[in-house]
Amino acid sequence: MAERVIRGRAVVAGAAEGEALVTGESLSFWGGYDFRTGEIIDRHHPLAGVCAAGRILAVPFSKGSSTTTAVLLEAVRAGTAPSAIVTTGTDAFFALASIVADVMYGKPFPVIALDATDFAQLRTGDRLAIDPSGAIRRLSRQP
Amino acid sequence: MLTLAECDRAMLDGERGPAPQLAMSIVVRMAEVFGAATLMDISQAHIDSTIYLGDATLEFAERLAAMGARVAVPTSLNVSGVDECGWKDWAVSPEWAAKAARQMLAYERMGARPTWTCAPYQTDMRPQFGQQIAWGESNAIAFANSVIGARTERYPDLLDICCAITGRVPAIGLHLTAQRAGELLLRLTGIPPPLQHDDQFFAVLGHLVGKLSGDLIPVIDGVEATPAEDQLKAFAAAAASSGRVALFHMVGVTPEAPTLDAAFQGRPPGRVIDITLAALREARAELTTADGRELDMVILGSPHFSLAEFSQLAPLVRGCRKHARVRFLVTSSRLMKERAAETGVLEPVLAFGAEITLDTCILASPMLPPEIKTLMTNSAKYAYYAPSMLNTRVTFGSLADCIRSAIEGRVVRDESLWQSA
Repeated sequence: MAERVIRGRAVVAGAAEGEALVTGESLSFWGGYDFRTGEIIDRHHPLAGVCAAGRILAVPFSKGSSTTTAVLLEAVRAGTAPSAIVTTGTDAFFALASIVADVMYGKPFPVIALDATDFAQLRTGDRLAIDPSGAIRRLSRQP
Repeated sequence: MLTLAECDRAMLDGERGPAPQLAMSIVVRMAEVFGAATLMDISQAHIDSTIYLGDATLEFAERLAAMGARVAVPTSLNVSGVDECGWKDWAVSPEWAAKAARQMLAYERMGARPTWTCAPYQTDMRPQFGQQIAWGESNAIAFANSVIGARTERYPDLLDICCAITGRVPAIGLHLTAQRAGELLLRLTGIPPPLQHDDQFFAVLGHLVGKLSGDLIPVIDGVEATPAEDQLKAFAAAAASSGRVALFHMVGVTPEAPTLDAAFQGRPPGRVIDITLAALREARAELTTADGRELDMVILGSPHFSLAEFSQLAPLVRGCRKHARVRFLVTSSRLMKERAAETGVLEPVLAFGAEITLDTCILASPMLPPEIKTLMTNSAKYAYYAPSMLNTRVTFGSLADCIRSAIEGRVVRDESLWQSA
C-alpha cells in the first residue's frame, strides 16, 4: 500500500513515530490509565488491559476526571506515556498535559486533531510518523 | 489571534514575579490552543490539582509554591491524597502520607482555603448564578455550570491553579452564553413516576446520560420528580464519570432550562435520543460488577457526603448496629462532619458503627486494606471507578439497600422498582 498522508492540526506540535493504538471510545486517564505501567485499566473501556506506553494513542476525546492531565504528567515523568495523542477535536486536557510536560520536564508530546473522517481511517497496528506540521504519514499497515 | 491585556502582558513578561509568569505562560498557550481572542477575569477558583498521585504532581505544586505563588481570587481546594488526621487507621503508607501532606501544604501556602472537598458548592464557597469561575473536579464543574448556572470551562488539574494565580482564563467555551446552548435532546419516555422518585434514579440517569452525550451538551426532558440538591449532585458526578459532561440542562429543573426552547437557546436540537426504561435498567446493571452476596464494605460519599445526606442517614441507622463483618465508611469534608456533629446527626451514624474519612476518598488515597474486595455503594461515581482503580467488585444500590446490607452482613437489594415486568 502506498504511503498515505493525513493532514491534522498540531494542537501541540512535535514529532513522533510509532505503532497506532486506536479506539472510538473516549477515555479518562484518572481511573483509566496506570502511569506506573502505561496500561489502560478502565474496565468499561474496550482497550482495558492494553499497554499504550510509547504508542500513538488515537482516542476521540478525554472524558471523566479532571485529574487526567495529572496522570499523563506522571506518565511522562515515568516514561510510560503514549508517544503522541491523536483526537477528533481540540481536547484541552491532552493539550494541557503536554504543555505542562514541556514546562516541567522539557518533554511535550504531540497532540494532533483530525476531522472525524480522517480519524476513522486510523487502525491499530498502523505504523505512523507525525511531523511538527501536524501531518501524519502512514508508513505501513498491519495486514 | 490572541490579544493580551496590559495586565496579562505584565504577568507574561515577569513583572509580577516568576509564579504569575509561569502560570500566565501556560494560560496563554492554552488560549492559543483554543484560538481565543482574549483572556477574561474570573472571580473564584477550585483546585483539583491537590490530588497527590506521585512525584510529578508534588514537584509541580512545590515548584509553584517555592516561586512564591499566590492565588489572585478566592480559591477552594479539592480532595487531597490523604486524610491528614485519620490515615493511620488505614493502609496508607507513611511515605505516601508524608508526600500527600506536602502537596496539601504547597497549595495552602498559595493562599487557597483548605476546604479539602470535591463538593465545594456545598460550602460557603458556592458560586452564584452567572459568576465566572475556573473550577477543576469533574463533578464540581458539572454541578456549578448546570445546577447553579455559574460559568466554568472544564478545567483540568495543573491548569486550574494557573487560572487561580493569574485570575485570568481564555474567553471561550462555557464562559460564553452562546456556547452554553443544549446540543442533544434526551427524552425520558415511558419511565414510571415511582421509579423517578426512587433514590437511585438520578444517579442511574446520570450514568446513562454521560454515556449517551459524547462531547455534546445534553438537555434532559421529561423529568417529573423534583430532585433534591444531592440527587442532582449524584447525577452530575455520574454523568461526568461515564462521560465528559461539563454542563447539562434539565428542563424545568436547572436554571438555564425553564423551558425546552430556553435550554436550546431557541435553536432546534441537533440530535434526539429517547431514554427508555430498558436503557435505564441496563445502565443500572452496569454499575454492579459483584455477582454474589458477599460484602466487605459499604462506602458512601462520592461526591463528599453533605449535611443533608447525614441528616437523611441518621434516622435510618438510629438504634441499629452494622454487622461486625462489614465496614461502613462515609467520605466527607471537615466542614460537613463538623456541621453534622453540631446538629446531632453524626452521633447516631457513629453509634451505628460507621467510620468517617475526611479530606479525601477511597479513590484518591490508597487507604483500603487488601482484604476489602467487595463494596456496596449508592454512588454511581464510586461504582464506576472502584472496579478499575481498586480491583474491587461493587454492588450499586439505594441508601436503604446499603444500610440493610450493612446490618445483615450481605448484599440485599430491593429490586421491585427495577425488575422487568
